[in-house]
Amino acid sequence: MDNYILAIETSCDETAAAIIKNGTEIISNVVSSQIESHKRFGGVVPEIASRHHVEQVTLVLEEALKQAEMTPQQLSAVAVTEGPGLVGALLIGINAAKVFAFVHGLPLIGTHHIAGHIYANALVQPMEFPLLALVVSGGHTELVLMKEHGSFEVIGETRDDAAGEAYDKVARVLNMPYPGGPHIDRLAHEATEAVSFPRAWLEEGSYDFSFSGLKSAVINYKHNMDQRGEEIIPTQVAKGFQDSVVEVLTAKTLRAARQYEVKQVIAAGGVSANKGLRTSLEQTFTEEGIPFYVPPLKLCTDNAAMIGAAAYQMYGAGIRGNLAMNGRPGMELTNWVK
Amino acid sequence: MIWLGIETANAPLSIAVVKDGKVLAEVVQNIKLTHSVGAMPAIEEVLSKAGITPAEIDAVTVSEGPGSYTGVRIGVTLAKTFAWAIQKPLVGVSSLKALAANVKMSDAVICALFDARRQNVYAGVYNGAQLNTVIEDYHDHIDGLLEKLKALQKPVLFVGTDVEVYFDKMQEVLGENALHVPSTLDLPRASELIAIAQQQKLPSIEATHAFVPQYRRIAEAEANWLKEQKKGQL
Ligand SMILES: [Zn+2]
Repeated sequence: MDNYILAIETSCDETAAAIIKNGTEIISNVVSSQIESHKRFGGVVPEIASRHHVEQVTLVLEEALKQAEMTPQQLSAVAVTEGPGLVGALLIGINAAKVFAFVHGLPLIGTHHIAGHIYANALVQPMEFPLLALVVSGGHTELVLMKEHGSFEVIGETRDDAAGEAYDKVARVLNMPYPGGPHIDRLAHEATEAVSFPRAWLEEGSYDFSFSGLKSAVINYKHNMDQRGEEIIPTQVAKGFQDSVVEVLTAKTLRAARQYEVKQVIAAGGVSANKGLRTSLEQTFTEEGIPFYVPPLKLCTDNAAMIGAAAYQMYGAGIRGNLAMNGRPGMELTNWVK
Repeated sequence: MIWLGIETANAPLSIAVVKDGKVLAEVVQNIKLTHSVGAMPAIEEVLSKAGITPAEIDAVTVSEGPGSYTGVRIGVTLAKTFAWAIQKPLVGVSSLKALAANVKMSDAVICALFDARRQNVYAGVYNGAQLNTVIEDYHDHIDGLLEKLKALQKPVLFVGTDVEVYFDKMQEVLGENALHVPSTLDLPRASELIAIAQQQKLPSIEATHAFVPQYRRIAEAEANWLKEQKKGQL
């Protein structure tokens, strides 16, 4: 019998619902973005995000069912992002999911947001193990090794800012609006020369990341130029910054892929939509002969389809949540297989 | 007519099922348990005790605020998703009016209030058994509220678990006109919520999507942003 999971995601500033068939096929995928509301604040304001989620939640659920031309009776389970994320935002999706599951007598599955980002790839092509995932977003920069479905080993993570956070901060230095990633990416591609910024390799053999030093280097550069009364060239600063981020991300991912002899490398999270990063990873792994995938843009940014894809595997493994489920803002990525 | 009532606007939790004006089951609790953990199991428990399935419910009502932002949102999310899922109407009731209903037998002026911290309160002032509005639900400094109440020159029945935080001040300003109801009446009850909701016209089922909490206060980030804009204009 076919499996249909209704998934809900409200961990940050997107209110999203989707229906996924057998863990791989998108039947419907609805995302209501709040970006416009947060722009004037220069970032996501948790209280504003929560207010928006309450306004949108039943609308996106209805739209997901409508686009799928399905009734709740045809569903196998309800999945929702349990964490990590903004707690007030998570709670909206979780409580909506609990009611929906209760009213329609469906099993409830609480999913990890990052597992979701990784499983976005299952919607594009089958995942092959061992698999290495580079998860880069506004809140995360992680290298995750998967030996099988439901097994996660975080082999490297950021020690300070997430890559996306660094992008937003540098964008502010260059007077670019929030979110900054796409602007820096665009500017970087307009430059032929780059300002030289440091690379944070950390200690030998480490797969961890650090972006705060790079961010400070950009701020100091602007400061020094200002003091000398010289104008910075935004395109060259953007390229210098992006080159540094991309080089470190690519090199560490390559080294890990070799060490763990992975069959597949995937990128996930909002920053994996970045053209500079994508191109660098594609080239590197084509040369290396390891298949590399990155999902299409709308599956890179936050969405519920990816939550449904991850939840399908959890469903098969017998994982179930209950009506006392709470939001877990600092939830760790742990294995669901023993 | 079977009603489900949901009240999570502040620390206390109450869930009730009322059939044709009679309370079948009700939970009232005031323990340190986050509503996200406690509310949904309480709904399941109350329905199961009442022997009512979700599909049998004819209408849902919720305490729409004011109160703790997160608390109000949990209740509203549960209620609007419930009403939408069973395709039945949703009625919002003021969390303050529902609390005032605990003492509606009296003829006095009733002031329901919740602490909003830093000497601020959410308050609503109602009159007599009909619970007519004297002062519409709002957010104010406690001093501002007490000035308004003093001007009424009548005994005021204060109701709510947070009254004790300000009762010295209330007596200071209002003297003998400041009265605190017995503490057994300080907890909101979802059955009172339903009693008020029953008197209102049922909205359309489509209206559920647009249902939002009544925060009675704009978000801090928004307030700061507006302040900045004003500065810019000067
Ligand atoms: Zn994300």
